[in-house]
Amino acid sequence: MAQAAIELIGIDKSFGAVRANRDINLEIMRGTIHGIVGENGAGKSTLMSILYGFYQADSGEIRVGGQPASIKTPNDAIALGIGMVHQHFMLVDNFSVLENVILGAESDALLKKSIAKARSELERLEREYGLEVDPDAIIEELPVGLQQRVEILKALYRGAEILILDEPTGVLTPAEADHLFRILRQLKEQGKTIVLITHKLREIMAITDTVSVMRQGTMVATRETKKTTVEELAELMVGRRVLLRVEKGEAKAGGVKLAVKNLTVKDSRGVTMVDDVSFDVHAGEIVGIAGVAGNGQSELLEAISGIRHAVSGSVMLDGKPIDLTGAADPGELRERGLAHVPEDRHHVGLVLAFEENENSILGYQDDERYLKGPFLDIDAIRNDARDKIVKYDIRPADCRLKTANFSGGNQQKIVLAREMEQDPGVLIVGQPTRGVDVGAIEFIHKRLIAMRDQGKAVLVVSVELDEIRSLSDRILVMFAGRIVGERGPDATEGELGLLMAGVEHREAAE
Amino acid sequence: MDFFNAIVQVLDSTIRLSVPLLLACLAGLYSERAGVFDIGLEGKMLAGAFAGAAAASVFHSALIGLGMAILISVAFALIHGFASITHRGNQIVSGVAINFIAAGSTIMLGQAWFQQGGRTPALAAGERFEAITWPGADALRSVPILGPIYSELISGHSVLVYLAFLAVPFTWWVLFRTRFGLRLRAVGENPAAVDTAGISVAWLRYRALICTGVLTGIAGAYLSMVQNGGFVKDMTAGKGYIALAALIFAKWKPVNAMFACLLFGFLDAASIRLQGTPLPLIGKVPVQFMQALPYVLTVILLAGFIGKAIPPRAGGVPYVKER
Repeated sequence: MAQAAIELIGIDKSFGAVRANRDINLEIMRGTIHGIVGENGAGKSTLMSILYGFYQADSGEIRVGGQPASIKTPNDAIALGIGMVHQHFMLVDNFSVLENVILGAESDALLKKSIAKARSELERLEREYGLEVDPDAIIEELPVGLQQRVEILKALYRGAEILILDEPTGVLTPAEADHLFRILRQLKEQGKTIVLITHKLREIMAITDTVSVMRQGTMVATRETKKTTVEELAELMVGRRVLLRVEKGEAKAGGVKLAVKNLTVKDSRGVTMVDDVSFDVHAGEIVGIAGVAGNGQSELLEAISGIRHAVSGSVMLDGKPIDLTGAADPGELRERGLAHVPEDRHHVGLVLAFEENENSILGYQDDERYLKGPFLDIDAIRNDARDKIVKYDIRPADCRLKTANFSGGNQQKIVLAREMEQDPGVLIVGQPTRGVDVGAIEFIHKRLIAMRDQGKAVLVVSVELDEIRSLSDRILVMFAGRIVGERGPDATEGELGLLMAGVEHREAAE
Repeated sequence: MDFFNAIVQVLDSTIRLSVPLLLACLAGLYSERAGVFDIGLEGKMLAGAFAGAAAASVFHSALIGLGMAILISVAFALIHGFASITHRGNQIVSGVAINFIAAGSTIMLGQAWFQQGGRTPALAAGERFEAITWPGADALRSVPILGPIYSELISGHSVLVYLAFLAVPFTWWVLFRTRFGLRLRAVGENPAAVDTAGISVAWLRYRALICTGVLTGIAGAYLSMVQNGGFVKDMTAGKGYIALAALIFAKWKPVNAMFACLLFGFLDAASIRLQGTPLPLIGKVPVQFMQALPYVLTVILLAGFIGKAIPPRAGGVPYVKER
C-alpha cells in the first residue's frame, strides 16, 4: 500500500482581502512525482510556502508521514525532511557551491569541519544521483542548470525526503530541462517524493504520476497523469475550453517590408553574437525565429529595433535603410512604422513604477494625440488607455493602477496593446508569452495572427518551440549567431530541435 | 639621518592617525557585509568618544571609560538596527539621524554635566590609555635604522593601537573561517537565501551591528582617551566618512581596509608634516591645501580610479519576505 508522504487538510490562507488558498485538501503519495498546475496567481506557490514554513496557514492541518506537523519556520520543514527548490534560486551568487550547501546547516561554529563533511557528502550524492557539480565553483560562474542542481543538492544535504520544485524549468534550456527530469526520475526511484509546481502542461504529462489542478485559490481536481490529457488539464486550469493551437488561415504574403542583409552584431565584450544574418519579412506573414536562449536572437532583435549597434550589414524598412551605427533612434523607427515588443518587459518595455495609462503611451508621448500644446493631455491618455484595457481584456481594468501591480500576463498585454494599436507596418515581438498564462497565450496568439491577416509583417522570436510552430508561416532557426535553417510551419519538433542544437550546422561545417 | 628620522616620525603619526579610521572602517565592514549601510559611523564614534571621556573622568578609570564608550556606541547601533532592520526604514536616513543626534547630544550633555563649553575635563594619568613601551625599546633607540623603527613605530603605542591592528586578521578570520562570518556575508548578498535556510535575517543583522557598535566605540575611545586627553566637540571631524570611503576603496575586505586606512592616515600625517614647509619646485603651499589632500584623494579614488567596487548586493535594502 502506498503511503501518503504529505496530507494537507482544509488549508486556508488570506493576504488581506485576497484569499490565496481556500479549503485546500491534498494527498501526496510517497515515492511519486506529484504535479501541481494552475495559472499564475492560482495559489500554488502560497500553498507550497505554507508547506515549507514560509507562511502559516490561517486554518487547516498538515500531516507529514501520517503525523500531524506544526511547520512554523523553514527550519521545522527541513527537520521534517521537506526541501524546496525555489523558482528564484536561493543561492549566494559569489559563494562557492560548498559554501552555499552548508549555509544554515553548518556542523559547528568553525567552517573547517563543515566544509570537509560537505565535500565528502557531495561526492556521495554525486555517485548516487548523478548530480555532478564542482564543489569549489563560484555560483555566478555556473550555468543556470547547474545552479539549480546546487539547489537540489542543498535540499538533499539537509536530508530531504520530500522535494518541492517551484517552476523549475522556467529558466532552463530544453536540454537542461530533460537532464533535470532524468535526475527527478532517479530521485523517485530512490524513494524520494517530488512535488512539481508548474504551469507548463507538457512537463506535467512527461514526468508526473499524479497531477492536481488549482484555480483561483482552490484545488479543482486531482488526476492520474496517465488518465488525463493536456486539453482536460488546460480546461480545468482556466475554467473554460482553451485552444492550445490557434487556428489560422493561409498567409497571403505581400511585398518585402523588412529586409535584413549580412547583419553582424557584437555584444559589449566584443563577442560576435549575430553573425552575417540575412532574411526578409514580407507583409502579411509571421516569421518565427527559433533557438535556444542565448544564440543571438536577443541581439538580433535589439539591432533591428535600434537599441544596439550593428558592426556591419544593413536593415531596410519599406525599402529605406535603418541607420545601424547607433544613431538610430527607436523613436524615429516607431514613426516609420516599426513597433517593438521587447523580450524583457520589466527592464525595457515598461516602467513598473508608472501608472498603467502612462505605460500605455510610453514611447509615443510626443504623438499629437496625447498632447495639448506643450503638455500631456492627461484625459486623452487615460481615455486611450481605457480603450486598450477593454480591447485587450487587461485586468484589473484600472488605468490608474501602478503597473507593478499587474500580473505578468497583463503587463505583457499592456505592452502589446501599446505597440499593436499604433498600427505599425512591421511588428517585432520578443518572447510574446513569457510568463503568461494559458488563457492569455491564446489571446495574444490570436492578436498576432490578426495583425498578420491585416497585412502587417510580424517577426516573432521565442524560445518556446510550440509557440513558434503554432504561429509562424516560416521558421528560421538560429544557432551560435547564425541562421542555420529555414523550415515551413509543418516542421517537426525533432527536426527543429536538431537544428537548434546545431547538429546539422556542425556537420555542414566539417 | 635627519631625513630618515623625519620619515620614521611621519610613519609613526601615520599609524596613530589611521587607528580611528581603521577601527571605524572595520566597524563599517561588519555592518555593510551584512547588508546594512551605515553612514552613522561618524555619530557612533563621536558618541563613543564622549561617553568614554566622560565616564573615565567621572570614575577615574580608563577601562570604565572604554566600556562606556562601547556601551553607548552599541546602543546607537541598535537604534540604527531598530529603525532599519525591524522597521525597514531607510538606512541612510537613519544613519544621518544618528550623526545629528550624536553631534547635538554630546555638546548638550557635556555642557550640562561639566560646564566647559561642551568639553569634558582633561583626563589625568590613569584615566587615559598610556603608551606601552616594549622591552628594550629605550636601549635600542640608538641602533641605526632598526632602533628608531622598533622604538618609534612598533613600541610606544597605546593598547588600543595594537587592538586595532589585531582586529584586522581577527575580522578576516571571523568572516572567512567561522559559521557566523559565512552567514554574515550571505545575508549581505542574498538575505532570502539565509531566510530559506532557516536562519533569522534580523537577528543576524543585529549581531553584525553590535560588532559595528563595539568597534566604533573603541574608535571613539581612542580619539578622546588616547589621541586627545578629553572630549572636544565634533572631534571626529569627518573620520567616519573617510572610513566609509576607505571601506569602498578596500572593496569591503579587511586586509585591504587596513592598507586603505594607512594610506589615508599617511596623507593626513604628511599634510601635517608639510605644513609651512616649502616644497621643491612648488614652493610654499597653503596649509588649507595640505589639509584638503586626504579629502581630494577620497573624491579621486571614489570617482572610479580604483576600478569597479562591487558592494554587498543586498546592501541598503531592508529585507522583506516576498510573496
